[in-house]
Amino acid sequence: MKIRFLLPLIFFILIGLLLWRGLSLHPNEIPSPLIGKASPTFSLPTLLGTKATITEKDLKGHVTLLNVWATWCYACALEHEYLMELASHKDFKLFGFNYKDDNIAARHWLKEHGNPYEIIAVDVTGTTAIDWGVYGTPETFLIDKNSIIRYKQIGPITQEVWEKTLRPLVEKLENEA
Amino acid sequence: MKKAFLTLFFLLIPLQLVFAVEDEYHFNTEAARQQFEGLTTELRCLVCQNQNLAESNAALAVDLRTQIYQKVLSGQSSPEIVDYLVKRYGDFILYRPPFKLQTLGLWLGPFVCLIFGLFYLIFYIKNQRRR
Repeated sequence: MKIRFLLPLIFFILIGLLLWRGLSLHPNEIPSPLIGKASPTFSLPTLLGTKATITEKDLKGHVTLLNVWATWCYACALEHEYLMELASHKDFKLFGFNYKDDNIAARHWLKEHGNPYEIIAVDVTGTTAIDWGVYGTPETFLIDKNSIIRYKQIGPITQEVWEKTLRPLVEKLENEA
Repeated sequence: MKKAFLTLFFLLIPLQLVFAVEDEYHFNTEAARQQFEGLTTELRCLVCQNQNLAESNAALAVDLRTQIYQKVLSGQSSPEIVDYLVKRYGDFILYRPPFKLQTLGLWLGPFVCLIFGLFYLIFYIKNQRRR
């Protein structure tokens, strides 16, 4: 019969655990079903440079970070500075994915703030982005040498994200065949 | 009389909102319109997660509505269209999650609670009688 007095306490602890768990959940970060799958096929014009189009074939043979950004996206501007720092990294290629943006504004923005990207795909309508499951900017896909999507970073890449999550993954993928 | 008109006006506001969205999309058949309506109310907007695709005005919701509209027009079935979106955005886009291992608690949890409640009730009543 003693257990009767313990029941409210047990109930309290269970509810407490449930709510405590809720604190560390991020309902805005929707897990991508594309992880572990080959990158979607696409063909998009580029923003700058001599190469006119970019396709999924351009992802082969190297570790790629594909960064979805736009000039209208506030968090992308915050991320940009750190991307400039990462651009000197030789272990991977940083590709840009300009999402539902204005070409002129995008070019102007890069001229002003610097261009960390090796090549930039332009998706004005956002149709290709749907194939990638993009739902908010910035998002960054980590793609291995065989163009398999291995990780998706939702939200800006900060130093913390890079050191704790992305860098170990990039190094691991770099050592894969 | 004035009051009656005012009431009528406020009653019609929600209707106006509904038609505002509908007007953007034209369908040749009633079945296609209903299919589109069914899909956009059953699918979640990923930007504002408490709204469905029909209600949301987020840019992505508009894009997804357009995609669904074109697919409905081209004669794709609802399961095909849902599958297309789930492949890209995951089960999260569904307001009605599928029944699988991960969602077992979600689907069966309420029934487990109900059974526990019933057992407790029976236990409680029997105890009371004994006294």
